[in-house]
Amino acid sequence: MKQQIVVSGIGGQGVLFVTRILAEAAIEKGLEVLTSETHGMAMRGGTVISHIKVGPFTSPLIRTGQADIGLFLHAGNQEVHRGFLKPGGLIYMNAEKGGGGGSEAIDATRIAREHGSLVIANLVLLGFAVRQGRLFCDAATCEAVLKRISPVKQLETNLTGFRLG
Amino acid sequence: MVNHSEQRILMGNEAIGRGLVEEGCTLTAAYPGTPASEILSSVVAFAKETGAALHTEWSVNEKVACETALANSMAGRRSAVAMKQVGLNVAADPFTRATYLGVKGGFILIAADDPGPHSSQTEQDSRLFAHFAKAPVFDPSSPREAREMVALAFALSEKYEIPVILRPTTRVCHARQNVSCRTPAPREQKANFEKNPGRWVATPQFLTELHRLLNEKLDRIAKEAAFSPVLTPGDGAGPRICIVASGVAHAHAFELLDTLGPEGRIDLYQVRLAYPLHQPFIEEIRKRYDKILVLEETDAVIEMQLGDSLVCGRGSGDVPRQGELSPDIIEEILRKFLDLPAAPVVSAAKKGIRPSLCAGCGHRAAFYAIRDTFPAGIFPSDIGCYTLGMNFGAVDTCHCMGACIGQGAGFYHAYAAGGSDFPTIVVTIGDSTFFHAGIPGLINAVFQGARFILVILDNATTAMTGHQPTPQLGVRADGSEGRKIFIPDLVRACGVRHLREIDPYDIEAFTAALKEADAFIRSPEGDIAVLIAGHPCIVNRAAREAQAVFAISITDDCVGCRACIEDFECPAILFDEEQNRARIDQNRCIGCGVCVHVCPAGAIRAEGEKP
Repeated sequence: MKQQIVVSGIGGQGVLFVTRILAEAAIEKGLEVLTSETHGMAMRGGTVISHIKVGPFTSPLIRTGQADIGLFLHAGNQEVHRGFLKPGGLIYMNAEKGGGGGSEAIDATRIAREHGSLVIANLVLLGFAVRQGRLFCDAATCEAVLKRISPVKQLETNLTGFRLG
Repeated sequence: MVNHSEQRILMGNEAIGRGLVEEGCTLTAAYPGTPASEILSSVVAFAKETGAALHTEWSVNEKVACETALANSMAGRRSAVAMKQVGLNVAADPFTRATYLGVKGGFILIAADDPGPHSSQTEQDSRLFAHFAKAPVFDPSSPREAREMVALAFALSEKYEIPVILRPTTRVCHARQNVSCRTPAPREQKANFEKNPGRWVATPQFLTELHRLLNEKLDRIAKEAAFSPVLTPGDGAGPRICIVASGVAHAHAFELLDTLGPEGRIDLYQVRLAYPLHQPFIEEIRKRYDKILVLEETDAVIEMQLGDSLVCGRGSGDVPRQGELSPDIIEEILRKFLDLPAAPVVSAAKKGIRPSLCAGCGHRAAFYAIRDTFPAGIFPSDIGCYTLGMNFGAVDTCHCMGACIGQGAGFYHAYAAGGSDFPTIVVTIGDSTFFHAGIPGLINAVFQGARFILVILDNATTAMTGHQPTPQLGVRADGSEGRKIFIPDLVRACGVRHLREIDPYDIEAFTAALKEADAFIRSPEGDIAVLIAGHPCIVNRAAREAQAVFAISITDDCVGCRACIEDFECPAILFDEEQNRARIDQNRCIGCGVCVHVCPAGAIRAEGEKP
């Protein structure tokens, strides 16, 4: 199994948490994994991206045109990060509407807000993407990871978010 | 004891922290800075988890951290100090002498470089600094390797009694990988400082001899077979060419060669000890190859040591002399080196959204008042979240930690030299930066008779790097209680007579204090006026939940003048181009209510304070 995934968003949206879940899910499945994250000043509301490479890779970064899947927490980031996707690569994005042409949209922000916790929009999108069946991991693996790494007080909210997607 | 091993997904910085704990480090000191910040917090966490006994501290700056760790090493105990690359500039003084004097317990200085740079004021190469200071330097290519190099570095340091640098880069620090974690091996390390004035006091008469010994150590390390570069052989079919790479550039090249077909099957060497470069290797590859491509970040350190006309690299113009060596750039270099057709050119992606101060940040309120009160002022500032004040014209300079206070004095002397009126200079510095390097500058400015306003933006944390505590909070790195050191006490002790403490959320009071301060610095007996703008960082949930929350809306009085967008730049205020008016993004607004002061038309309304 070899899969390259980018997770794109804005500082504060929880890109790092989604990255962590996918990386832990790879370990759960006994796969090698390498990720690369954005830290520092960009986390203050700037554009951020994580790279996740599942399988026998050595470089933590994804080259232009090599990603199999892109998770876009901020739809506007497509103009910035779409170039990482390979021709035929799949995009799952958080957007009010849209989709088509290799991308699937879900209004994760609205769904998260309706459930009283905007911070779980990232998990709504992840849950949605996982259920499309194209990611290397399944929902059960992700939930197992969520149960392991979520803070106790946040666990129920996180699981709800993931299941809403 | 069973050496239990388990696979865990660790960030490079966590892998280094894990390595320090497992290898019996007894003291780790650090100052936070991207990309190195998570190293010390990982040491704290893993020490707690494994029951390892070691002293950890967020030191007040990198120089102090280095000196503290060096003395622990002089007492025969394994020690480490962690910082970002520019932190090594601050620690340069103790570190450069440490190579001459040597160490006792294994000593590792971790300097995390930031090619790009992503979050730094330079993209300097700490391996070049290691060369200058005459210290061996390891250059890891992955989190797993960074962890293994901790063990190698301690062993090398102890064998030669020499301080060793571990130089990860951003892409190693902030990569995650599965790393095997083991139980720390118990290791007896009682403090035992052996007095030796000729070494630990080393006056100039001793130094030539110490320098000779240091040079000899480096010569011997350069012959250590263990540090010979590691060869991944090609298929032997290619011409007499090879690649010598280090750090994450090696990781990129390794993967890329696999994708380039038969031409990619050439010899690839990984340099792990970048200085001193293995001497027999230098002689060997000159004989074996006609052309050598060197891939390293960020300067030509390996290339310089190879010193040969056979080398393709920065000297020959084959490798860019600045910026990060991303896999895309390395692919371009490799294709050219291997005479392969260039990859299709991809149109440059659009730039992303720039970072900005969070909605509700107290710094924004302070900056707004400063710029509004002194439209013709000069605003030196410093390093932290608050550098983002540049987005709306409230930050004119940012240089290095603590520089803003010296700059404030310098600007004053420059304008005052003409004998004419001087512009109001408002210097802004964060609380952690003030502790780090602000105090000597303030003493100097007061003593030398400078006149400016110093605003200490006190958000009660080191926010940018992940909320490390400052000495004022009274909490140490491991969570234990320390004696609180209060900023107002320090300011008074620096000789400052005009000091006010105000919450900048109260823009009217803060503006009045700025005007009063300006009158003071211009009065016959005036010098430096200090305002402490105290408002806790709202990223801290407890702080956010403790403050009043207003329902913010924009009324029909909005005339679309954009003052709130351009002069205040709150991420929760958006501009609706179709309607030609501002609107509140309720998803991001935290209801602080500060923006009410900003609208010239009075169209921003704050209602119904919710508890």
